[in-house]
Amino acid sequence: MVAFTLRRIAISIPILIASSFVVFLLGTAAGDPLDPLLGRNPPIPQATIDAERVRLHLDQPVLERYWNWLVGLFSGDFGPSVKQNLDIGSEIFARFGITMRLIAFAMLIALVLAVVVGVVSAVKQYSVVDYSATFLGFLFLSMPAFWFAILLKQGGIAFNNTVGEQVVYTIGDASVPPPTDTFARFADIAGHIVLPTIALALISYAAWSRFQRASMLEVMNSDYVRLARSKGLSRRRVMVKHALRTALIPLVTVTALDLAAIISGAVVTETVFQWRGMGDFLLESIRTEDVYALQAWLLLTAIVVIGFNLIADLLYAVLDPRIRYA
Amino acid sequence: MTEPVLEVEDLHVTFPTDDGLVTAVRGVSYRLRPGEVLGIVGESGSGKSVTSLAVMGLLPATARVTGSARYRGRELLGASDSELSSIRGKNVAMIFQDPMTSLNPVYSVGYQIAEAVRAHNDVSKQAAMSRAIELLDTVRIPNAAERAASYPHELSGGMRQRVVIAIAMANDPDVIIADEPTTALDVTVQAQIMQALETAKTATGAAMVLITHDLGVIAGQADRVMVMYAGKLVEAGSAEDVFYTPRMPYTLGLLGSLPRLDQKSKQLTPIVGAPPSLINMPPGCPFTPRCPLAQPVCDEIEPPLAATTSLDHLAACHFSSELVEAKPDDVFNTEVADTKALAEFVRQTEGGP
Amino acid sequence: MPEPVTPPPVSGPAAEPSTAAEPTRPAGAPPEREFTVSERSQGQLVVRRFLQHRLAVVSLIVLAALVLLAYVGGALWRYDAGEITPDNSVAPSLAHPFGTDAVGKDQFAQVLRGTQISLQIALLVALFATIFGTLWGAFAGYFRGAVDGTLMRIADLILTLPLLAVAAMLGHQFGGTWWLVALVIAGLQWAYVSRVARGVVLSLREKEFVEAARALGASDARIILRHLIPNALGSIIVNATILVAVAILLETALSFLGFGVQSPDTSLGLLVSEAQTASVTRPWLFYFPGLFIILIALTINFIGDGLRDAFDPQQTKVRA
Repeated sequence: MVAFTLRRIAISIPILIASSFVVFLLGTAAGDPLDPLLGRNPPIPQATIDAERVRLHLDQPVLERYWNWLVGLFSGDFGPSVKQNLDIGSEIFARFGITMRLIAFAMLIALVLAVVVGVVSAVKQYSVVDYSATFLGFLFLSMPAFWFAILLKQGGIAFNNTVGEQVVYTIGDASVPPPTDTFARFADIAGHIVLPTIALALISYAAWSRFQRASMLEVMNSDYVRLARSKGLSRRRVMVKHALRTALIPLVTVTALDLAAIISGAVVTETVFQWRGMGDFLLESIRTEDVYALQAWLLLTAIVVIGFNLIADLLYAVLDPRIRYA
Repeated sequence: MTEPVLEVEDLHVTFPTDDGLVTAVRGVSYRLRPGEVLGIVGESGSGKSVTSLAVMGLLPATARVTGSARYRGRELLGASDSELSSIRGKNVAMIFQDPMTSLNPVYSVGYQIAEAVRAHNDVSKQAAMSRAIELLDTVRIPNAAERAASYPHELSGGMRQRVVIAIAMANDPDVIIADEPTTALDVTVQAQIMQALETAKTATGAAMVLITHDLGVIAGQADRVMVMYAGKLVEAGSAEDVFYTPRMPYTLGLLGSLPRLDQKSKQLTPIVGAPPSLINMPPGCPFTPRCPLAQPVCDEIEPPLAATTSLDHLAACHFSSELVEAKPDDVFNTEVADTKALAEFVRQTEGGP
Repeated sequence: MPEPVTPPPVSGPAAEPSTAAEPTRPAGAPPEREFTVSERSQGQLVVRRFLQHRLAVVSLIVLAALVLLAYVGGALWRYDAGEITPDNSVAPSLAHPFGTDAVGKDQFAQVLRGTQISLQIALLVALFATIFGTLWGAFAGYFRGAVDGTLMRIADLILTLPLLAVAAMLGHQFGGTWWLVALVIAGLQWAYVSRVARGVVLSLREKEFVEAARALGASDARIILRHLIPNALGSIIVNATILVAVAILLETALSFLGFGVQSPDTSLGLLVSEAQTASVTRPWLFYFPGLFIILIALTINFIGDGLRDAFDPQQTKVRA
């Protein structure tokens, strides 16, 4: 198991390095930060543009730029931003915390819901519960996240109006300034995170619950479940200790594979609810053609995805003894 | 007569499919006495496995089962899950065909045996585990104490099947149903498994239902033999009766198609044709197209399972009396297609070096 | 001991079998016992199973209707998309079934145009991504070893990145017209397809028919093209439908953010984006585009589900 872990970690490193190169290239392809400066009226003096070119290292060949950038990363320097006094590193980490809060919460809720619905659908196959859950699942899978988020916003406002108080928030990730009282702060964060979480969780839940249903059905018809029943174990024990236990394993991998998509979903959700998180940072950077900021964004998400996949691999090995020596 | 430990009466099992209803079992009845070994023989699709799965209540939910199956007078078909759970694993145990998929891959083998013990006995985990090790030892798994912590994928097919036998033995059942226990294994391992089954029988005193398509596996083990074809019993009797004086052409053909090492090489008597489809079955005996004794009446009326030379020996054939003293090559066509090859073969075996 | 059993009912199975399935035989011949169900080709089986999935069939009809509406209806409708009429911010009426926006553009025409765009992009993406991704993944799965390693590492690198983010970056540079947007999306989605194709080919290449083909002297290319891919077709087609649905949602999200289809052309996502603040005051601007997106994606998802059942039925369903 230890050897397995070390090998997995060792493989991740070249992947990360290759990733950083792809990230760098993508950032470069995403735009020329000097473009917005060229078309201005009154025109900006050439000297200023040249100075900016040097500041952003755009006078260097690509590979040299990449190397300098990579080396700079190890000392926490993500490179210069188009905005002169913006430290990309500290800005992005602050945003990162905010977004990860949303993603972690949404994934947790989506997972729990998916397992419950998936298992119930499988056990009561072809029942009314199964059919309705399936239909709802398909509906959420087909719903555009941004449209649903706007709908939720509307609903939230309507809800507040009926209750007479601001219970759920539709703008921002926390009130400004944040309340000082711990409980009030907690309630404030909760109130802000409710609607975005529902928006983000619902689509992942739909995909995972169908997957869990299929996985459960396959396991329920397996030989070892039949043997467990022939031992005289109660139906519930067979379902939980034999069927569910093995049916949950593939879900680990699926969750990890979907993480990149969830991050995309978070971008959209944050935009609608006007959170100052990674999503807003990304869109702003694209619009201003802030190459280094974009590269930092992509790199950070790549690290998160690769890291999460690594954890999922290890968790899979813990859950399934057949994998441990692969 | 002693009380039968398992009694099956007029069992019918049908499955719905896209093309119609498949009647996998069409009226099977038998009685199993305590300590008796009953062999059920038939080809793939004859319904022999489905019969046993129906008795244990392990068929998929889409199957429709009618008839009766009683364990010591208690009706099993249609019984509640809790009732069946108290009988399964404790009074009636089952051994399945494919040892590679029969065990849960994420639990150790010791755990899976101990689980069977704790399902019916209120004992501690340690007590159950030591009983598991004991059982592993009984079925001749070396280093039982260490092996108990192994996972199924770390064991060979033969060893896994022995674990399955250990699970079946765990609570000293009265009936052990072994559904093609050696089919998925190499011939050399088969002997070990049959030996393990023998051990299980002696240790528990259980009656055994041995299901197989391999006549060799039955010989020497079974007290009574039943032959199934197209979902029905076509012959039943003691092992001697069925093997030495079969009264149904299908049984005769089966015996004739077995290569024998103890007799001078004769020609094998293959049975031409293929088993019938179980959907939209026409009337009459299903063996008719392959039977050398077939007459028009065979296509019209399905023969009942009736007594032949003795009340204990039953056969389902209109012409079972014609099979008295018959040998397979008397009844089945043994015309050789390639006479040159046969002549060469005979020359090689009987001629000089 | 076994009791003598009375003969079972001679008429056959209890319920009525589908007599249409019985093959005909010459009169006077002995009854057919071995082949009692008529033969069907693989294609026929797939179609038959698909037709049993009622939601999929309904979805197919609805989708066909949508396509007709978008193209034929859009061409015949009295207003063009983007045409400015004198009626500003009018609620749905006979003249303007979906109302108009602040500038006076007829929303029915807009939504139909947006539907056309979404369908065109989705189709283009599905085509390119499926063909390219399948070939990529099939080669990787077939040759394994270093080839597999390199090919799939490249695919994996793409998969670690959030597609929307990368599409937004590229869309900002190259976006605007619908087919460029389609290319950007396809340029990323193929990685998913390659994963699936590789998996299928990996499992198929061990099967005996591949060995048999090789023993008969088939070249690698022939084995891949004539044996492996046709057998993988089921999974590939099912995946392609999922891809179409995902592409539609991705494109509308891109356009919503401003990095997909841009003015003067329109997209359903762009329409929703423009209607964000009006969702309460002028709901027709918000709901119609959204509902159309849902309808398109939903029908495609159900069709995909039906196809999955048709190509690989896992459980036997009890016939009503």
